[in-house]
Amino acid sequence: MSEKVVLGRDDLRRTLRRIAHEIAEKNPAPDSLAIVGIHTRGAVIARRLHALLGEMTASELPIGDLDISFYRDDVGAKVPASQPVVHASHVDFDLSDRTVILVDDVLFTGRTVRAAIDALFDYGRPQRVQLAVLCDRGHRELPIRPDYVGKNLPTARGERVNVRVEEVDDVDEVTISEPCAAEALA
Amino acid sequence: MRHLLGIDQLSRAEIEAILDRAESFAEVGRRDIKKVPTLRGRTVVSLFFEASTRTSSSFELAAKRLSADLVSIKSGGSAVDKGESLKDTIATLSAYDPAAIVIRHPYAGAAQLVAGWSEAAVVNAGDGKHEHPSQALLDLFTLRRRLGSLDGVRIWIVGDVLHSRVARSNLVAFQAMGAEVTVCGPPTLIPRGIEALGCKVSHSLDRLGEAEVVYALRLQKERMAETFVPSLREYAARFQIDTRRLAPRQLLMHPGPVNRGVELSGEAVDSPQSLISEQVASGLVVRMAILYELLAARERPTPVEGEGVRTGPTPLGQPA
Repeated sequence: MSEKVVLGRDDLRRTLRRIAHEIAEKNPAPDSLAIVGIHTRGAVIARRLHALLGEMTASELPIGDLDISFYRDDVGAKVPASQPVVHASHVDFDLSDRTVILVDDVLFTGRTVRAAIDALFDYGRPQRVQLAVLCDRGHRELPIRPDYVGKNLPTARGERVNVRVEEVDDVDEVTISEPCAAEALA
Repeated sequence: MRHLLGIDQLSRAEIEAILDRAESFAEVGRRDIKKVPTLRGRTVVSLFFEASTRTSSSFELAAKRLSADLVSIKSGGSAVDKGESLKDTIATLSAYDPAAIVIRHPYAGAAQLVAGWSEAAVVNAGDGKHEHPSQALLDLFTLRRRLGSLDGVRIWIVGDVLHSRVARSNLVAFQAMGAEVTVCGPPTLIPRGIEALGCKVSHSLDRLGEAEVVYALRLQKERMAETFVPSLREYAARFQIDTRRLAPRQLLMHPGPVNRGVELSGEAVDSPQSLISEQVASGLVVRMAILYELLAARERPTPVEGEGVRTGPTPLGQPA
């Protein structure tokens, strides 16, 4: 399986810094912001954006993370072994009157984001929800568009986009790999 | 896992997976909206042929919190009163195409039979004196939260072991998680040969002090056709767990309902060592995890389109 690096360590960090700037620019009142990441790597990226925004705005924004396993639209369509590991969600602040920046690593079909928005609304009624993603690889199946994109990656449907972050994978990079037979079927 | 019939069908890893899942459902219970859409459109049948407060209410609430549709039947007031057999009852309810059947029945092996008659996932909510696996799992969850791990923890199961399905399931479950179990009670209430399950046996409370956890059982008067104890007073005098016998460092559990003044004194039930109400709270989240584990991993009951290749939409976040 061949793998091509599209964002290296420095590219990835520069990209996140740019996204943080865009968020700060588009939301002049940082006090009403909150960051919520989608497990697993979206939550890591959310923590990084949270730290960057904290430096820029000199304020401590609320941060949370969401596990969307209970909101998936394909529950029951998977074999037990591939059932995702569940991490509990943590949203310990009041969402009402806040602009929530939802963060994920890769935007693909849009189904994860749909599930995350559903999950978010079980915690309260945010004033606004914006979506920040590190990579947008296209192939949307739902009418969902990101507000902040790190990198647009034109991909074939069968290709795989791998986001690796130091906190989980010991390395910061984004790669595209060719499909292998089993994955193309899945 | 296709059915949950007994605790002995589960490996330690499978038990831990269910307990981890229950931990996430505990988080759901702390939200404003304590409900998730996971099992939307599935039907869960709860069928109780024996009295129950905790088990039936928590399974029913668990199904509702997962957004499943629930049909709840108690033997009293149903066609069972008119003499309908178990098999016919299951055939009738199968017409609703249930995804899961939760059953409690006075005869051992009832859940196993139902699993053979129905397409649904069957959860044994207690069958006679045989097994009560969801109780064992919720007790493990409660203890794991308190103690972290059960490895090497000494647990005494005290009371009417003979008539207790909880004793059987919990004995297996506690040992599977690495605990050392002693069963204690008068010789008439300890099944002969129970040592074969790997536990120790004691006929007095003299060494109760060595236990870190005391698990008391209800004296099951309804299952006693003959006299197993001379009198309730004499039983209480020798085997009641009270605050004098229970040290402050020991944890007290009981599957409920408690006969106050028989196997437990009133003060012991209400003492700070008592985990009894935590057990009830654990029951809800553990039963959510059981239903999730059985149903979320299983195909929806829709007609099969083609063989082998799924034609549905792209799974969420597949390579994401």
